[in-house]
Amino acid sequence: MTTLAPTRPTESAGVRVLRTVLRSRELAIVIVLVAIVLFATARRSSFVFSADGWRDTLLAPSILLVLAVGQMVVVVTRNVDLSIGSTLGISAYVVGKIFVANPDTSVFVVFAAGIAVGAVVGAINGLLVTVFNVPSLVITLGMMYVLRGALTHEVGSERINAQDFPAHFEKLGTQQVLTIPVLTIIALVVVAVVGYYLHTARGGRELYAIGSDPDAAVLYGLPAARRVFGAFVLCGALAGLAGVFSTARYATAFSGTGKDIELQAVAAVVIGGVAIFGGSGTVWGAAIGAFLLVTINRALPILGISEFWQGAVVGLLIIGSIVLDRVLSIRRQHRLLEARDHA
Amino acid sequence: MSTQTDGSAGAPARTYSSYSRNVALRVLMTREMAIVVALVVVYLYALGNIQFFDGPLTLFNLSKEYAPILMMALPMTLIIITGEIDLSVASTLGVSAAVTGVLVIEHDLSVPTAAVLAVVVGAVLGALNGFFVAYVGLPSLAVTIGTLALYRGLAEGLIQDKRIAGFPDTWQDWPTERIGETQYPNIVIPVVVLVVVFAVLLHFTTFGRGVFEIGLSDEAAHFSGVNVARTKLVLFTLSGAVAALAGVYVALKANSVATDTGAGFELKVIAGVLLGGVSIFGGRGALHGVVAGVLLIAVLNSALQLDGQGSEVIQIIIGLLLVGSVIASSNLSRVRALLPRRAVKTAARSTTTPPTPTPGDDTRKVVQ
Amino acid sequence: MRINTKRFAAGAALALVASVGLAACGSDDGGSGDGDGTTVTFLPKNLGNPYFETSDAGGEKAVKEFGGVYDEVGPDTAGPDAQVSYIDTAAAQGVNVLVVSANDPDALCDSLNAAREAGTKVVTFDSDTNPECRDLFINQATAEGIAKVQVDMIAEQIGDSGEIAILSAAANATNQNAWIELMEAELEASHPDIELVATVYGDDDDQTSFDKTAALLADHPNLKGIISPTTVGISAAARYLSTSDAKGKVALTGLGTPNQMRDYVKDGTVTEFALWNPEDLGFLSAYAGKALADGDITGEEGDTFSAGDLGEFTVGADGTVLLGDPFRYNADNIDDFNF
Repeated sequence: MTTLAPTRPTESAGVRVLRTVLRSRELAIVIVLVAIVLFATARRSSFVFSADGWRDTLLAPSILLVLAVGQMVVVVTRNVDLSIGSTLGISAYVVGKIFVANPDTSVFVVFAAGIAVGAVVGAINGLLVTVFNVPSLVITLGMMYVLRGALTHEVGSERINAQDFPAHFEKLGTQQVLTIPVLTIIALVVVAVVGYYLHTARGGRELYAIGSDPDAAVLYGLPAARRVFGAFVLCGALAGLAGVFSTARYATAFSGTGKDIELQAVAAVVIGGVAIFGGSGTVWGAAIGAFLLVTINRALPILGISEFWQGAVVGLLIIGSIVLDRVLSIRRQHRLLEARDHA
Repeated sequence: MSTQTDGSAGAPARTYSSYSRNVALRVLMTREMAIVVALVVVYLYALGNIQFFDGPLTLFNLSKEYAPILMMALPMTLIIITGEIDLSVASTLGVSAAVTGVLVIEHDLSVPTAAVLAVVVGAVLGALNGFFVAYVGLPSLAVTIGTLALYRGLAEGLIQDKRIAGFPDTWQDWPTERIGETQYPNIVIPVVVLVVVFAVLLHFTTFGRGVFEIGLSDEAAHFSGVNVARTKLVLFTLSGAVAALAGVYVALKANSVATDTGAGFELKVIAGVLLGGVSIFGGRGALHGVVAGVLLIAVLNSALQLDGQGSEVIQIIIGLLLVGSVIASSNLSRVRALLPRRAVKTAARSTTTPPTPTPGDDTRKVVQ
Repeated sequence: MRINTKRFAAGAALALVASVGLAACGSDDGGSGDGDGTTVTFLPKNLGNPYFETSDAGGEKAVKEFGGVYDEVGPDTAGPDAQVSYIDTAAAQGVNVLVVSANDPDALCDSLNAAREAGTKVVTFDSDTNPECRDLFINQATAEGIAKVQVDMIAEQIGDSGEIAILSAAANATNQNAWIELMEAELEASHPDIELVATVYGDDDDQTSFDKTAALLADHPNLKGIISPTTVGISAAARYLSTSDAKGKVALTGLGTPNQMRDYVKDGTVTEFALWNPEDLGFLSAYAGKALADGDITGEEGDTFSAGDLGEFTVGADGTVLLGDPFRYNADNIDDFNF
């Protein structure tokens, strides 16, 4: 079979890269994403070609982008973090409270505070999961309730409104550098750094190894507990960052901020081709998945899909992308089997 | 027949080694028994200490509100014991409520006809989940996150901005009418029937044995003659049908259906099941534990509300219980692991975590 | 040994059954909430909503004035029957007056009637149930009045012609749907040049409302105005508009609270919006409940009662008490309000 590309030494590096890209799972969602943007733009050029449209196209996904990256890192270790929505809410409220106390607080302090709050929550999750060796789905489900309950208990009916945030912070929500929103730039930097780490660094590869086979990883001597702990801390910290993003963009914080967003983050990760049982997938995939999920919600009204059926379309998209994963992996399996038979 | 045996705790989760413990420990030192005891303690405490808890409305209200949760928890227990999960139950409930509402109120169908159709729809939606999980080999967590969104979307599409309310009085009243002079609403009858049916199915049939075997190992179950795919399909179909039944009930009880009817119930159901001692990794669990788990949440909720606590305090307590219960059970097995006799059991358990659900092993089944 | 443990288990099971059974037989006189003051429980659509925070604060003020016992409970999300268990609890506690803003006109009926049978007086405010499920409804303003003020404001702001859209709460929200219907009628009757091009639903969620506003603007480039008849929707829409090129070009009005809208009125995103005084609404509801509980009124048409500083009110048709007309907030007066 000539399709056995990966090991053929005769091919040039360029062809190999091209082949990998063409066969990659990520490409499929990029194509869907581009198609949606093109269709929407064809119907309403302002979807992309207007100041607001361009900005929103880039800015709207930034929050989910950050969350999806964090979730991906946890999912790849065969865990899941359902508490990120509550973490986001707590971080957003802390940010609001800081500004209520002192409107002149530097933006950097606020970012640091938000991330720190998230990291602490992530560390608690990580400790519970690794020290007690209990399933993360249950732990983070419990933590989701506990954190949201604690937040509601503390906040009550209070709502931090636009009037409570200083202008310099509110402006950050839409500030652009070379037409690219600042929040998007930060989100993309996060994607790039985490993506690079997972792709190349030893620690990153070990996360995949742990997710592929936790028992084998431990037997092999990988510091599995430490790595999983680290993944939860990172996920929490990014949820905290998303909380800062949320306040900057929506200029409001209350007890319900970030509710239900955890399932969206998991959905983005799944759409992005990350295996829910760990060990495979890329940060880029998760990021594109988040981009697609947000963009399709923005584009559907323009594509003429009735308001009432949009939820169903998003559901189909998620199912479609997991089925696609399956089809691709079966085909890969076939190829490998054939290769073995020919050998 | 011998449905009474349900009380003889913990039977199904036996491994051979557990017979070597004495009977007292075997019956009492199970997670299920711990939850049952916790339920009794909380109930008695509330009776004695919470004002109005002994009032005539408490049990009535509690059964009325938690009936749908308990119903959905039954098939969910079996699904989780096979190592799968169904996050779409609340959305299926929403679709069923919407179907019932639209058929009865917009198309003037009788309530029983609409209810049957709604349950059929629910079964089909459940079967779709089951098909994806059992025959396409997709992870249930991912599939049912997708159908959670999809089915809720269907409910939204069916209802749109219409106002669905005003079921015929006789049907609307039945589920919440009291049984004779008791404190229990009629809905308790079907719930009890379902509990018995699922208890028998799980603990006293070969099908039920198969469910546990699948949870311990898909492959081993397959080789010992369990039809793994069909079992999973049946379970998800049951889950859809029961969720739909709950949907009919919720619609009639509220006498009104909205796009977000039942939203968020899935996590309550799962919390109840896990609290009831079912292992999220599959292979372990018992129905009486789950019933106690759901009732514990219900009683706590009711007691705390009567005590004037807000919904957030209840949330916190349920969350802590969930975290605490898994940690306690995992530590229990750790302590046991220190005893030499338990070593076998622990080894057995560590292999139950599915080694590599990479496409590989499932693919063969599909490809063949 | 074996027999003993089995007996123990059976005993424990029996104890459980017995306690359940005993409780079932126990005919307790639950409604003994006598003492000094009338117990009044406020049940808003959901907690964490500043509108209800304000109205319930008004209620608390009134309850303190007449020496009653005030309590506020509520679900954290506004599902159609999320309030049921709170009504049930209040009934079990035997509170004298339950003041409810109903998420759904039908879903709460059974529970409310059960509470009334147990002796609790039920007053609805802000959002009514079916009239047969409550004793009184305290109406913030007539639905016609609310619809008209919003249409009038948008007409004034866009020069009585052009495309407008509505950003509502949930698709099934009873109040909003009633107002939207009346607004459509009013537009057709009195403003033929205004075209309503879309109605979208933000589910009373900040982020959804925000994103729907963005989508509205992208989908309708000629849009001249947005009406958002919900406090959450209008503030989220204002936040989006204030950061967009459409600021100042697309008018936004509807129902909002001054604190949420202050910044946007000052920066020119919003010219004028309306609302009744939610504090007065809560205040009046509490007094109405007190009058019912004391037996001063029964909720019949023509009954009159006094509501502290607000003065005398008369019960109208269908057991409805009208607070007044909606009030318009703009740059000139917004600083006089803090809620």
